[in-house]
Amino acid sequence: MTFNELSWEALAFGAFTILTLGGALGVVFNRNLVRGAVWLVVSLFGVAGFFVLLSAPFLAAVQVLVYIGAIGILFTFAVMLTRSMTNLSERFNKQAWLSALAAVTLFLLILLAVIAPIFGEIAAPSSEVVATTEDLGVALVSGDKFVLPFEVASLLLTAAMIGAIVIAREED
Amino acid sequence: MIPPLWMFLTVAAALFSIGAFGVLARKNAVAVLMSVELMLNAVNINLVAFWRFGETAPSVIGQSFAAFVLVIAAAEAAVGLAIIIAIYRTRQSVVVDDVDMLKW
Amino acid sequence: MGCDNIINTFAPCLSSSLGVPIEIANFIGIFLGVIIVASFPLLVAIALIWTERKFAARIQDRLGPNRVGVFGLLQPFADVIKLLGKEDITPAGADRPIYNAAPVVSVVSVLLIWAVIPFTPIHVGVDLSIGALYFLAVASLGTLAIILAAWASNNKYALLGAFRVVAQLISYEVPLALALLVPVMIAGSMSLVSIVEAQAGMWFVVSAPIAAFLFFISAQAETGRAPFDLLEAESELVAGYNIEYSGMKFAMFFAGEFMHVFTNAVLMAVLFMGGYLGPFVDQIPMLGLVYLLIKASFWYLLSLLMRNALPRIRIDQLMLFNWLFLVPLSVVNLLVTALLLMIVREVGLAPDDPRSFVDNIPQTIVLFLGNAALFVVVMSMVRNRFRAQRLAETQTDDLLPATAGD
Repeated sequence: MTFNELSWEALAFGAFTILTLGGALGVVFNRNLVRGAVWLVVSLFGVAGFFVLLSAPFLAAVQVLVYIGAIGILFTFAVMLTRSMTNLSERFNKQAWLSALAAVTLFLLILLAVIAPIFGEIAAPSSEVVATTEDLGVALVSGDKFVLPFEVASLLLTAAMIGAIVIAREED
Repeated sequence: MIPPLWMFLTVAAALFSIGAFGVLARKNAVAVLMSVELMLNAVNINLVAFWRFGETAPSVIGQSFAAFVLVIAAAEAAVGLAIIIAIYRTRQSVVVDDVDMLKW
Repeated sequence: MGCDNIINTFAPCLSSSLGVPIEIANFIGIFLGVIIVASFPLLVAIALIWTERKFAARIQDRLGPNRVGVFGLLQPFADVIKLLGKEDITPAGADRPIYNAAPVVSVVSVLLIWAVIPFTPIHVGVDLSIGALYFLAVASLGTLAIILAAWASNNKYALLGAFRVVAQLISYEVPLALALLVPVMIAGSMSLVSIVEAQAGMWFVVSAPIAAFLFFISAQAETGRAPFDLLEAESELVAGYNIEYSGMKFAMFFAGEFMHVFTNAVLMAVLFMGGYLGPFVDQIPMLGLVYLLIKASFWYLLSLLMRNALPRIRIDQLMLFNWLFLVPLSVVNLLVTALLLMIVREVGLAPDDPRSFVDNIPQTIVLFLGNAALFVVVMSMVRNRFRAQRLAETQTDDLLPATAGD
């Protein structure tokens, strides 16, 4: 492959793949859970990179904001509050080997059923004109599109917030 | 020129499988929740990839679906971690197997 | 290919004159651009340290640095040399990779913001269509750096400081984001360049003063500086999350904080004072940088004044101030601005030419009056609340004999 064929997008794709999958392996195999949370952040950062590559910058920014700014910190807090970063003697339960087998089977099944038919296909996106953030914003609040799911999602967030406070609160 | 669709799908499939393994095999409840986040993100990559390769300009179905998944993920993390903290307070443990009060 | 404007035509020039392949030339161009954009705040930070020390000294009736160089101007370099010469200590039981990475993430989270800041009409790192959201996303990396630094230090004071600071930073992100939405709404775009251009007729600080106030206050809280410097309250927490850090790693947190304050000042200038806009900017683009720095200095000095003149507030006061004052105010402010903008556009008062000063007057008057009305209502509510509290206190004082120490 010459330099011209090797596009920047391909290089970026490779880098994000390493970040995403490496981070994911770190989450699953690390004994120390604070480090696991760091690996989770790394992995989700890679996913944000994929969103940029797929021309969805809004989702990428929201991904960083929500996952790193909120969920990553939430996990770190939870690990510290439950003192579960002290290394558990066993990382995995008794069904670890069975689970590994199931996961690998799942991966192979997806490869065989979904990816094999389109493997090697270099189909360009259907159009180079992509929907903008403005389109997304309008769609989320217009009556004939996603206003109902949008409102339900807000309701869900409110309910989750109240629920989390009620559950985690110490009774006094 | 962005990489073809099947590459994105392969990465997403690998991420989903790693997450699934974590959910099934880890003992620590916090680690299980983290693995669930990985699986949700794999789904999001798929949704956005299909949107990019399959839909034409004004349509944002894939993106908005991914946005809703993000909302669900945030809610799930908040409630899940609250439950874990509540369990830790009563049972001094975050091992999933120890939480078997409902089993008989 | 003309090579007169070196900055914009760097890559084509390089490839035509030296025969470098265009991809490599592009890469070198981007690489140099990144280095310039990233080192600019680092250079500014050196000047800021001197300014800040002189300013604080004057307020405290001291002279400040005056030994190294003329007016002590070389003091920051002496500081850096001193810090470089210090022993680099890693505490026992520290989580080394995270301990070493945290200061870097802290600085990077600030530097990344500069990628979207428009310096002049033609010099901007990247004009992202989601610039404002990008700023919020990147700034949230700093919070993570702080909690990881504290955890990796294996020190209880560091962890206590981090728990406080995370509560503070996450809380103040809410009014920050809501205040940021106001200029985004008026400009109709999240791109920082569009926001600056939309202020060609009128600065947003006039049409949205409450949003500017909210952004300024919560940005000050985000930097963790007095009066919001609970995270490093020396008398309570020794030094906060960076207690175990020494030498260059400490310096990175320190420089990160300085740059964060200045970055916020620059953002205030960009979002509310028209950024690089000013007379003759269209003819001589580099003037824009001068205007931007002058406007940013105004907000920077204001923030220094706030830091040095106000006492530190208690943690409960900090939280009450945010959740009972700033957050409700920012929500109402957002709603009022949205409503007024809608009315302005429906009635037809919206400026036909956004760049003209005269065309902007009706919309600005409406928005300003809305802000003023909101200000009056909120202030009278605050006044009534505290008057009631004061009355209640005086009544109990009458009933109970005053105890010693009250």
